[in-house]
Amino acid sequence: MLPPDYWQTLRLTLALAASTTGILLVLSVPVAYALAYGRWRGRPLVEAVVSLPLVLPPTVIGYYLLLVFSDSTALGRFLINNLGWELNFSFPGILVGSLVYSLPFMVQPLQAGFQQLPRSLPEAAYTLGKSRLTTLWRVLLPNMRPALLNGVVLTFAHTLGEFGVVLLIGGNLPGRTRVASIAIYDEVQSLRYAEANAYALTLLALAFAILVALFWLVRKNAAHLSA
Amino acid sequence: MIDFHLRKALHTAAGPGHLDVALTLAPGELLALTGPSGAGKTTLLRLLAGLDRPDGGFLTAAGQDWYRAKPRRWLPPQRRPLGLVFQDYALFPHLTVREQLAFAADGQPDNKQIVNELLAMLELTELAGQHPAQLSGGQQQRVALARALARRPRLLLLDEPLSALDLPTRLRLQAALAEVHQRFELTTILISHDPTEIARLATRVVELALGQVRRVGPPAMPAPSLRGTVLAVLPAGRAQVQLPGGAVIEVTLGRAARVGEELELSVTVA
Repeated sequence: MLPPDYWQTLRLTLALAASTTGILLVLSVPVAYALAYGRWRGRPLVEAVVSLPLVLPPTVIGYYLLLVFSDSTALGRFLINNLGWELNFSFPGILVGSLVYSLPFMVQPLQAGFQQLPRSLPEAAYTLGKSRLTTLWRVLLPNMRPALLNGVVLTFAHTLGEFGVVLLIGGNLPGRTRVASIAIYDEVQSLRYAEANAYALTLLALAFAILVALFWLVRKNAAHLSA
Repeated sequence: MIDFHLRKALHTAAGPGHLDVALTLAPGELLALTGPSGAGKTTLLRLLAGLDRPDGGFLTAAGQDWYRAKPRRWLPPQRRPLGLVFQDYALFPHLTVREQLAFAADGQPDNKQIVNELLAMLELTELAGQHPAQLSGGQQQRVALARALARRPRLLLLDEPLSALDLPTRLRLQAALAEVHQRFELTTILISHDPTEIARLATRVVELALGQVRRVGPPAMPAPSLRGTVLAVLPAGRAQVQLPGGAVIEVTLGRAARVGEELELSVTVA
């Protein structure tokens, strides 16, 4: 049987995963491009920052974001008083948390995608008079569709499974910040195992379906590019 | 006219070296660049194209500074009117033959006409809808050449364009190269290891070694070569060899030969 706010929670979970993926796709292309091709000094530093969410406990990220968003820091006071952004315990708040938490899952596949393209591809475009931006948009990105697909799917799936960050920033407000993974925890705490199972099974099925779709699409794409 | 003196540190398999080459090319010249690997041929081409930055020197083309160390000048590759054919062709995997050419000709007034003209000229019209992965090596090479020409360059740079192809394909493409060089009034620099190819196409040869010019001059006709079959093995590393016409000659091999072995003989005047 389905818990009372099953659909609301599921909608929120998918909305969070979809917006995180969409925003990260746009943000990560320039970051991955700079990391793949740049020879600038601060590169190891930026690479470390981007990869940090991979090794940090999500609660650490959540804790610091909670702190930053609160009125006990200068930045938090600026956000609240000057921009009117109360990020803690709100959907925009957990969205920012998800962006930080899932960043490496988008940047790393894209960076690898850029690095796997032969250097002569962008160079050929440059000698044909094409700017870096035109080359990125019309030569590089179309030839790294498997990497883009990988980044999108991994980010989406990873955001679905997020728990610690969302719990710390967003708490457990039904319809506002309660996503499926938190709902599972909540139902189990209240010994409602059937309800917990409904969420758990949904997440399991969703994750499995996404991965099957990924591997199928990558295969199809690879076949197309080398046909 | 192209006039340059370029310097650049080389990192070769044999260790660090230094490229230091000064040359002047007349308009319409077809210059062959030859020399052992690691001599700096590709590096020089990349410096001319603006894909790498020289450490010092200058480069002017038709009176325009493309690069100058002092005062600092740098024209990015996008703004140098040249075409470069890469050793690996560097075709865009996601575009059809026609799309590759259209992409290159994009922004020119009569681009549709240029594309059609080049497709016809390089016998690519029938392949216009194919992707690079569906093409043979020789076909890919023709696409790469057509694409480099679609921008109407003044200078054409070719990095061993024909080395990976079989002999009949290579001969056909040599003819195509000679034709486009004439027809588009290009100044061309061709990296090649094949003396016959150089003799057939080039007006001048520059031999590089360890980053320096070792020799500049007219292309030398390579010694004609003959194939022969060993008829009999003689003492002291000598052998009787039958030539294609039926004539039998005696040669010194300096090694043991086998009866029936095929030999390649080159004829030099002592």
